[in-house]
Amino acid sequence: MNNKQTETEVRSMNKQPQMAGRKRKINGGVLKRLMGMLFHYYPVMLPLSIFCIIFTAVASSIPNIFLQQVIAEIEEFQNSGMGWEAAKDVIVPKVLLLIGFYVLSIISITVESQLMAVITQGFLDRLRKTMFGGMQDLPIKYFDTHKHGDIMSYYTNDIDTLRMLVSQVMPTLIRAGVIVLSVFFIMIYYSIWMTLVLMVGVALMVLVSKKVGGGSARYFLRMQKSVAVQEGFVQEMMNGQKVIKVFCHEEACKSDFKKINDALCEDAYLANAHANVLGPVIMNIGNLMYVILAMVGGLFLVLDAPNFSLSGMAFEISIIIPFLNMTKQFTGNINQVSQQINSIVMAMAGAERIFGLMDEQPETDDGYVTLVNAKVAPDGTITETEEHTGKWAWKHPHQADGTITYTPLQGDVRMFDVDFGYEEGKTVLHNVTVYAEPGQKVAFVGATGAGKTTITNLINRFYDIADGKIRYDGININKIRKSDLRRSLGIVLQDTNLFTGTVMDNIRYGKLDATDEECIAAAKLAGADDFISRMPDGYQTQLTNNGANLSQGQRQLIAIARAAVADPPVMILDEATSSIDTRTEAIVQKGMDALMKGRTVFVIAHRLSTVRNSDVIMVLDHGRIIERGSHEKLIAEKGQYYQLYTGAFELE
Amino acid sequence: MIKRLAKCIREYKTATILTLVFIVGEAVIEALIPFITADLVNQIKAGADMNLILRQGGLLALLAMISLVCGGLAGFTCSKASAGFAKNVRHDIFDRVQAFTFSNIDKFSSSSLVTRMTTDVNNVQMSFMMLIRTAIRSPLMFIFSVVMAYIMGGALATCFVIVVPILIVGLLLISRKAMPAFRRVFKKYDRLNESIEENVRAMRVVKGFAREDYEKEKFGKAADSICADFTRAERIVALNTPLMQFCMYFNMAFVLLVGSRMAIEGSGVDVGQISAMITYGLQILMSLMMLSMIYVMLTMSAESAQRIVEVLNELPDMKEPEHPVMEVRDGSIDFDHVNFKYSKNAKKFALADIDLHIRSGMTVGIIGGTGSSKSSLVQLIPRLYDATEGSVRVGGVDVREYDIEQLRGSVAMVLQKNLLFSGTIKENLRWGDPNATDEELQEACRLAQADDFVRSFPDGYDTMIEQGGTNVSGGQKQRLCIARALLKKPKILILDDSTSAVDTKTDALIRAGFRQYIPETTKIIIAQRIASVEDADMIIVMDNGRISAVGKHEELLKTNQIYQEVYEQQTNGNGGEEHE
Repeated sequence: MNNKQTETEVRSMNKQPQMAGRKRKINGGVLKRLMGMLFHYYPVMLPLSIFCIIFTAVASSIPNIFLQQVIAEIEEFQNSGMGWEAAKDVIVPKVLLLIGFYVLSIISITVESQLMAVITQGFLDRLRKTMFGGMQDLPIKYFDTHKHGDIMSYYTNDIDTLRMLVSQVMPTLIRAGVIVLSVFFIMIYYSIWMTLVLMVGVALMVLVSKKVGGGSARYFLRMQKSVAVQEGFVQEMMNGQKVIKVFCHEEACKSDFKKINDALCEDAYLANAHANVLGPVIMNIGNLMYVILAMVGGLFLVLDAPNFSLSGMAFEISIIIPFLNMTKQFTGNINQVSQQINSIVMAMAGAERIFGLMDEQPETDDGYVTLVNAKVAPDGTITETEEHTGKWAWKHPHQADGTITYTPLQGDVRMFDVDFGYEEGKTVLHNVTVYAEPGQKVAFVGATGAGKTTITNLINRFYDIADGKIRYDGININKIRKSDLRRSLGIVLQDTNLFTGTVMDNIRYGKLDATDEECIAAAKLAGADDFISRMPDGYQTQLTNNGANLSQGQRQLIAIARAAVADPPVMILDEATSSIDTRTEAIVQKGMDALMKGRTVFVIAHRLSTVRNSDVIMVLDHGRIIERGSHEKLIAEKGQYYQLYTGAFELE
Repeated sequence: MIKRLAKCIREYKTATILTLVFIVGEAVIEALIPFITADLVNQIKAGADMNLILRQGGLLALLAMISLVCGGLAGFTCSKASAGFAKNVRHDIFDRVQAFTFSNIDKFSSSSLVTRMTTDVNNVQMSFMMLIRTAIRSPLMFIFSVVMAYIMGGALATCFVIVVPILIVGLLLISRKAMPAFRRVFKKYDRLNESIEENVRAMRVVKGFAREDYEKEKFGKAADSICADFTRAERIVALNTPLMQFCMYFNMAFVLLVGSRMAIEGSGVDVGQISAMITYGLQILMSLMMLSMIYVMLTMSAESAQRIVEVLNELPDMKEPEHPVMEVRDGSIDFDHVNFKYSKNAKKFALADIDLHIRSGMTVGIIGGTGSSKSSLVQLIPRLYDATEGSVRVGGVDVREYDIEQLRGSVAMVLQKNLLFSGTIKENLRWGDPNATDEELQEACRLAQADDFVRSFPDGYDTMIEQGGTNVSGGQKQRLCIARALLKKPKILILDDSTSAVDTKTDALIRAGFRQYIPETTKIIIAQRIASVEDADMIIVMDNGRISAVGKHEELLKTNQIYQEVYEQQTNGNGGEEHE
């Protein structure tokens, strides 16, 4: 598990600086896929809003032409000495046309910004649902080998980077690109000489953005690492605060923290400095260009230099003024693009991680034997039925001859010579053979890592066996559809996980169509009804934060009720009562006993009192069953179990 | 709140002030440039000679260079100031938490402290940076631009009288509407993420009950509802752009139409002014836009600031004595009519009427059910909490009169929820005594029955302990914690249910070692198992915050009902031993 994590960390660490280094050609596959998804989800809205962005961008460079024309007119009228009355007829229509443009432009920008809000959120929503849905179908192995914090960061940090990309980076790039392009054409239309002067400045800007922006991305990634280190340290110290106090270790902690804090400060400074310097520098190069162009323009005008332009216009003040405005626009937009470098690098890294999650191989399920409601005729033949009869049968279609057989669900589980390893080449279970007949209680005892939980993981196919076979009611469990297999197995685990919602909702989780009465009956069976009805809101009590307002024992009881309402023929109780003190256990035990009656039960427990009355006890050591038999038999044998029982041996 | 946070600027005051200076410089120049340019344009138009153009142009270029330098330097200083400010805030929080007493710690969950030190500090840092970069610049730019516009444009500037109020009202309306909407959405969003976490954590339950589709549907609904809310909020904010655009266009059209008329009619407006007015118009509108952004950002981060200040203002509720006693004479403990409750507002005392006298060197066992206040009782001894009424004396002196470091150095306590820290075993053990030699470490481990298994690790005493001590078993962790406490060479050793994961045989060996090697140390052992306390010199039976009985094993078996019950249950009722 840890190897895997460090491996992924190393992988992402290697990747990011690399990407920062060649920021201009970011992983094309990721970008293409992202765009593909966007267009797929919004085949009309997205092109429409892009059209609007382009239209607004073009529209915002048009005023420059009007400005030039109006100023030219003003010059002319001033020189000719004709009054406003004469000029009005020429200037007013131009301005009105301009206003018309503006109105269109405002409409289009409104449409665009509203559309983008819808698209961004809608896209994130779909992405979240796709990620979450895909995640539900991943095998347990994925969750066992990935830190929960890492999984969470897909939904928080990585999604955030994409929000920035879609809502900000993308429109900015399109808009700025179009403006730069159209302004460029207007510029060469007016004067190629002056455009060339501007281009020198632009080249400088690109150079600076590349240098500073690249550095910024690199330092940002470094800062992120420092943040993680700091967070880890703080987490550990805040958790251990009481121990620190007991050992008067405060000063040592402070000095350790100071080091980490200083390092983070340094990295944050460098990362932010790069980002913060870039903006003003680019902007002021823009200012400088503005001044230089004003000067150059002035000189051209004074020197009466020949203009060289697409329009063939001569140098006039009416060219210089709009040109200066365009310079501002031009550099302003280049500045905007340069501000997006960080976001692009981050978004691409985020998108790559998100796609990584979406591309994880889902849990495969080739099972075709299903669980159906059954009607048993007096002669014992079983027929399938729609309604709930309380009786279940395995529906087994045989591919060879196309017939269907029905096997009643009984809860007979057998494992033959099972070998298994979580990783290739590291076998953790060797030759495990277990028979559990319907109604029997089978217990597994052994040290941590002996393979107890592993066996139960195989029965409900959280993991698939490497060798050997497992039969459920005589059927190879690989042929049973996973959801049906698991529906027939109830589990209660050591770590109780309750969901946000009412107590009733939590119990009903075991059987979604259970009535309130059924849920209450299950709670009664588990011995949970007592404390639930004593709570102010009874079954409607809201649980939050994994039932933090309940005691461990109470949470355990609800988990047991949840398993009870499902009424499965087979139960797996993995350390279900281990974190409860002896007194509470006495209460829980009653519920457990009631629950176990008439079912095949697999029990894992540290507390030997819990397993004593089992039909068979298996003592596991390093993945092998070393002793098996009833409590009395094992005690009489005076082996490992006897030592455990008498406390001469340590179980951890 | 702001005052308290402002204190964290400290050594970064220079950087902060420099930032402000540079930024003012940049803003002034940025406001001047269009002014001078307009002049230049007019002179060019009037047919100025080359010298004048070069001189004026040179001046402008110089100004732009200064502005560039100012802007660049401001970028550095403001990063320095904000990173440093954040560092100091984190430092202050951490220091304050280190000064917390147990009752302070109880008030904040550790995860909330972590959030405050990370996310919240980050928010405040961003706001601080924003504040020093733009909070001065934007109003300045606004004022400069308005003034310049009036100086230059005269009547033309009246258009701002129309546009600016429209923009201000518009921006205010938008942020008024958007902010609560966002706040709601963010809360909901946090909840959504919590539910994802819940799902990931409970994946075995989800899969065990084959509830994948149900979870998808549940999540889908929640995500859709958030999407709807988010979209609504973002659509409000999205109105900013057209509003801004409208104001800009209005300004442009107005200047062109009115300006051209005035220019032609010769009422003191020239072409250069028209151009400058357009530039100033843009600057005025931009600075207003920035101001509204700052406003939104500051209000958003106000909650973070609030949470940080809450920690900074939390005062340690224990007073250190003025003339502390520096030496603990022996390991005797006396409780004189002690009543104790965890908070002033608590209705019930956690400990009531405790009167207890323990001689130095005794072994004392404490037994009682969950919630009987066993831990509360022993926590008063190293003054982790102060008694509400009555007094606790160690070595004959009230614990409140000791230097706290001396007291806790003499009273070693192994907490029930104990922890090892990431680092080697050696480093962990040396928490007990930083100067302990390797031999001393081994000796302590032998006594705690930890030496054998530590040696069995490939790296022995240099084995790395992972965060939270996850790579050693529960029993091993407990024994290392005992060894760590033993290294203090304490006069009093308190084990709060510290051998629950250790088997009875080892448990007995540890206790035998205590008797043999540290006979002078007073040993207090809280346990669930009768076996762990039955050979103690004194056994205290706790029930519901009161002492139910004190005596030796045999006496209690005869006289105390609770003790009898527990004994019965452990020997017959449940049979065998517990292995937790």
